[in-house]
Parts: sequence; structure tokens; C-alpha cells
Amino acid sequence: MKKLSLIVAGVAALAAASVAQAGTLEDVRAKGFVQCGVSQGLPGFSNPDDQGNWAGIDVDLCRAVAAAVFGDANAVKYTPLSAKQRFTALSSGEIDILSRNTTWTMTRDTQLGLNFAGVNYYDGQGMMVPTALGVNSATELDGANICTNTGTTTELNITDYFRANGMSFNLVAFEKADEVVAAYDAGRCDVYTTDRSGLAAQRTKLTNPDDHKVLPEIISKEPLGPVVRQGDDQWFNIVRWSLNAMINAEEMGITSANINKLTYNDKTPAEARFIGTEGKFGEELGLANDWAYKIISQVGNYAESYDRNVGPNTPLKLDRGVNALWSQGGILYAAPIR
Amino acid sequence: MSRPSSLIYDRQARSLVFQVLLILALVFGAWWLGSNTLVNLAAQGKTLGFGFLTQTSGFQINATLGTWLMEYNVGSSTYLDVYVIGIINTFLVAALGIIGATILGFTMGIMRLSKNFVIRSFATVYVEVLRNIPLLLQLFFWYFAVLRSLPNRRGQIEIFEGAAGINITGLYLPAPLPQDGAGIVGVAFIVFVIAAFWIGSWAKKRQYETGQRFPAFWAGVAIIFFGTALVYFVMGQPIDWSFPVFKDTGPLLRRGFQIGNGMAIIPEFIAVWLALTLYTAAFIAEIVRAGILAIAKGQTEASYSLGIRPGTTLRLVIIPQALRVIIPPLTSQYLNLTKNSSLAVAIAYPELVSIFAGTALNQVGKEIEMIGMMMIVYLTFSLLTAAFMNWFNARVKLVER
Repeated sequence: MKKLSLIVAGVAALAAASVAQAGTLEDVRAKGFVQCGVSQGLPGFSNPDDQGNWAGIDVDLCRAVAAAVFGDANAVKYTPLSAKQRFTALSSGEIDILSRNTTWTMTRDTQLGLNFAGVNYYDGQGMMVPTALGVNSATELDGANICTNTGTTTELNITDYFRANGMSFNLVAFEKADEVVAAYDAGRCDVYTTDRSGLAAQRTKLTNPDDHKVLPEIISKEPLGPVVRQGDDQWFNIVRWSLNAMINAEEMGITSANINKLTYNDKTPAEARFIGTEGKFGEELGLANDWAYKIISQVGNYAESYDRNVGPNTPLKLDRGVNALWSQGGILYAAPIR
Repeated sequence: MSRPSSLIYDRQARSLVFQVLLILALVFGAWWLGSNTLVNLAAQGKTLGFGFLTQTSGFQINATLGTWLMEYNVGSSTYLDVYVIGIINTFLVAALGIIGATILGFTMGIMRLSKNFVIRSFATVYVEVLRNIPLLLQLFFWYFAVLRSLPNRRGQIEIFEGAAGINITGLYLPAPLPQDGAGIVGVAFIVFVIAAFWIGSWAKKRQYETGQRFPAFWAGVAIIFFGTALVYFVMGQPIDWSFPVFKDTGPLLRRGFQIGNGMAIIPEFIAVWLALTLYTAAFIAEIVRAGILAIAKGQTEASYSLGIRPGTTLRLVIIPQALRVIIPPLTSQYLNLTKNSSLAVAIAYPELVSIFAGTALNQVGKEIEMIGMMMIVYLTFSLLTAAFMNWFNARVKLVER
């Protein structure tokens, strides 16, 4: 009888656990934090510092969502995921948001049961080679050994590129980025390929970063963005508009430094809507009306996040390029809050 | 008719009730898991099905036995081919790992019982170090040790001039290219192997009957080697050899071993094989030692008093008896080795977990089907290994008198 009751109890517990699937917002509220899937350490995007605090523009997005939901950007727990674990972790409900330099592609959007809530970094796949190789263009790479990660779009893109150019190559695909870097550093491969932002980030881990160069070719479009489960529009909207709020704030000139002045001084109608003193935009999302105020005051706008994590003053030294606002020559464009 | 309440005290009725309840609970659990999965899949807009297997896979795979056997070609090969390549590569490293670990494990196990202090201590240190370090760490150690100790891609260590060499991209050997008539050479080889075994059993029988010895082992080797060579030349050398080509002039990127010449064994394979062999051998050594110690000392003494030399005593008296103790735990080690080969995903060896449950799974997103297919492979490998070892165990038992 004892055994049987144990079994029955076990089955009942499993049944209870499965119910938690429908409303991500209620789940998140109930547990008191956002579970955020991040990389296993990609400087600038999601990387733990020596005290274990995560930082990066992907991390900032999770913090923005936490600020919008709880009014506390620190109400986030992080799950480091390899490229191949990430979608399974999201669809199984282990995490609430996947914010892990993930490329938005049609297959992923339509076949994996997931939705991309926007783009927080427009990237493209590039290649890095040792300078000593004397190669100036990717078209000279016939017969090269290429190191990359498994479970990413990079494997497909590099295969397409070499096929399209009628070149042969050998692909050595590792599960974790750290092993790719170590193998490339040891000379196993002539070429390391991943997103160009990733190259800039991983390059800092090489023994002699200056002995390597990134080739000029950009062989793919890699719009990186946060991912949520399909079928929960409310949560999808919260994530999408948390990102939009950060981009809109930059466009409106609202920063973490000046947003508190807005509350007292004269403000334009758009600013009033943004910080929640006019309209009920937060309530429509199922949040408090000052949701965007909390995001900007605690996390900052998109430009602040960019400059802090990947901009020219960081080891990654990435210019804004296409990631500048649409009004400043880039393609970053967020729908208005109204 | 007894009253219903008396059923509680009826042992048979009681056990029947519990068994029925247990089965119901299991059926309910399975039904609940299944229906829950379907509901969740539907909520995410996903379906079950194996249609993806015929889709073409758009990614390159590191050149290995699997890609060579399946003639893997991006653009025409399918996910089913990827699956088969994964199975072949997993099987290859598991099978070679089992062979290597068995030979090394038996050697180390016997060395641990040596009277020579140096040999004994060496084996003890080997066993204690290797079996107490996690396999994944050893995998990384061997991989990066292999990578760091080899010359880079533009250089090589020549093993045989123009025929074999090694550098960081792999070990390069001549590759056989079968021509017309090569099948006959293969058949002849198998026939000669059977003949060698037949000679072996004939020699044994003759020794039992007449006491005369016959060098069956060397005779067998000679028959296999010279016989096959004879057929090979009679057939007009139907196997062409593709030799590795090494270039050390021209543009830097073009130097080194040239793709498509000879046979390349990638360093990832070497590292996985080394790590699996060395790790499992440490466990097998302990099993062998335990098996030998389980044989009463009187057996050795009896053998010596008959004038049989120590090496022969070990081979003909101790090991055959020890095998009865050794084989069951040895089977577990073989199963462990096969399953441990999935760790190879960490260092880019394209086995099943890496390319099918990794890369391919990420492209098509059929978790349930693909993980299921992968589990079936490991289950089949394990059951086949266990079945073979059980058969071998039964055979060894019969030899006992």
C-alpha cells in the first residue's frame, strides 16, 4: 500500500505540475521573478562578471521585462543555455523568455512553436581568420577548415555560402562557444565563423586578439531578438513593448538620467503617455501604467544599453551601424506608444 | 460465499487488487503523459510526424566514416542520412573503444598483480588516476592535448614518407579504392580467416589426441596474410590506393594535406577514442584483477606443480576460470562505454547526439520524434551488446568442468 500511495502521489504531483502552461504573466507573478534564458557567456550580450552578475544587451532586455512586470529590474533569474538546448528549454516552459542572441528565421518562427518578439540587434554572419594566413576575402577560402557552434543558423549559412561559391570546406562544429574558441586558438581551424558581434566578443578571449582579423564579407542577415512561446499573446506583447519602450525612449531623448525630471516638468503628450501619467497603456498590457517609466529609470534606453555593453567604449568596440535609429541612418524603428 | 470484508484478509485477493491498481496507475500515467503532450503540442501549433526525415539537410558535417559511407552531400542528402551517419559514427567509436579498452584493461589488470614493483605501481597509479577523474574532463584534456601537441596545418609529422602523416587536422593514411574484383579478395579474406580458425581447432584436437603441438597461431596468420595477398595479385591488384597529398609550397591556405586524397582520421575521433578507451580500461583492469583474485591460489599451485610455466598457467588455467567472474561486470562497462560516447558532442565529433539530436533537431524542431529515435539507437546498441555478452557468458560457463 505504501508503494502504491507513493505512485499515486507522484502521478498527482506530475499532473499538478503540467497545469502551469497557460498564462505566462500569472506564472511569472506567482513565482516573483522572470526566468530568462541566456547564453553560456557571450561578452556584450549575456555574460556573467566575476561576481556572477549577468550583463549585456540581451540581459538588459530581461531586466526591462522584469522592471515592467514587477517594477524591479533585478527580479530575474538566468538560465545559461547552449545553442542547441535553447528552444527546447523555452517550449518546455523551463524559461519565460529566451534572450540569447537568437536569429529570427522563418523556420524557427513557424515550425518550432515559438514567436520572435522583435529585434534588439541587427547582425550578420562573418568570418575571422589569423592575419598570418594572408587572406583578404572569404572567396579565397576554398578548402578551409571552419570551426563553429552546433545548433545555430551559422552552420546553414556557411554551407550555403561555400556551395554558392563552388568552394569545398570542412566544418568542425562544437557544442559550446568556449570550445570553438579554444580549438580555433589552437589552430584546429583556419576560420572561425559566427555572427559578427559574436566574433568581436569571442575575439577578446583569444591568446593574441590582434593576430586575427574579421573578413569584410557579411554572408547572412541575422536579426537577433527575444523569443517567447507561441499562443500567449499577452506575454508576447509585454516582451515586444518592453523592447519598443527602450527604442522609443532613445528616439524621444528619454534616458535614465533625465526621466525623473519629466515627472515634474512640462512634458509633451507623447512623454506623458510614455511615463504613464496619461492614458492606460500599462493596463492594456496587464501591467502598471508606469511600466515604461520603470524600464527606463532602472535599465535605461536602447542607446544606454548599447553603449554600456557593446559600444565603442567596450572591449567589443562595435559601432552602431545599422543598429542606429532610423532617424540617424540605421534601421532601428519601434512602433509608437499611443 | 464469504463476506466481502473477509477479502481484506485474503492474501491472494489483496495482492490482486494492488496489482490491478498499479496497472491502472501506470496506464493512467501513460495516458496522461500522452494526452498532455498532444495538448501542449497543439497549443504551440506543432504536430507529430516523421515527414522531416525526407527533407534535405542544409549543413556540412565533418568528414568521417559515416559521411564517407553515406556519400553525404549537402543539398541532396536528407535528415535520414544524417541519422544514419550519426549511428555509424557512434557505432565506430563505441566498437573501437570496446576493443581498445578490453586489451588495455586486461593488460593493466594483470599488471596490477605483477610481482614486479614498478609494473604493479604503474598499473595502480593508472587505475586510480584515470577512474577518478570525470570522463568529460579527460575528453577535453585529450582533445586539447592532441591538438596542442601536433604540428599545425601547414606542417606534419611524417610517419611513412608520402603514405602516412599526422598534423592538427588529422591522421592521414592511404585509403583503399576497391575496383572490379575487389569483392572476391574480400570473400577470400573471410574464407582464409575461417580456415585459420579451423586449423586452430584441428591443432587443439590433435594435441589432445597425440600430444603433438602445432604452431596454429602463426600458421593461421600466414594463411590469412599470404593467401589474401596471393588472391589480390591473381586478381590483378583490384584495389587502388589513394595516398595523402601534402603540399608545402604555394599560398599559405593551400598548404598542408589536400582534401580528397587518402584517408583522414580527425583529431576529434582520436581524442574521443583515447578518452573512452583509457577511462573504461581503468574500470576493466579492476574487474580483471578481481576476477583473477577470485580464483583459489591452489589452482595456480597445482598448475605450477604440473610444470606449467607462469604465462601458460595464466592463459590456460586462471583466465578461463576468471572469465566467469569477469564477464557480467565487463558487460556493464561495455554498455557504459557505448553510452558515454555521447559526450563526444562536446568536442565536435559528429556522432548521433551531436548531429542528429543537436544540429538537425535545431533545424526541424521535432524534439519528441528525434529524441525517441536517438533513444532507440542507444537501446538497440545496448541490448545487442548485452545479448552478445550473455551468449559469450553462457559459452564460457559450458567450458567449465
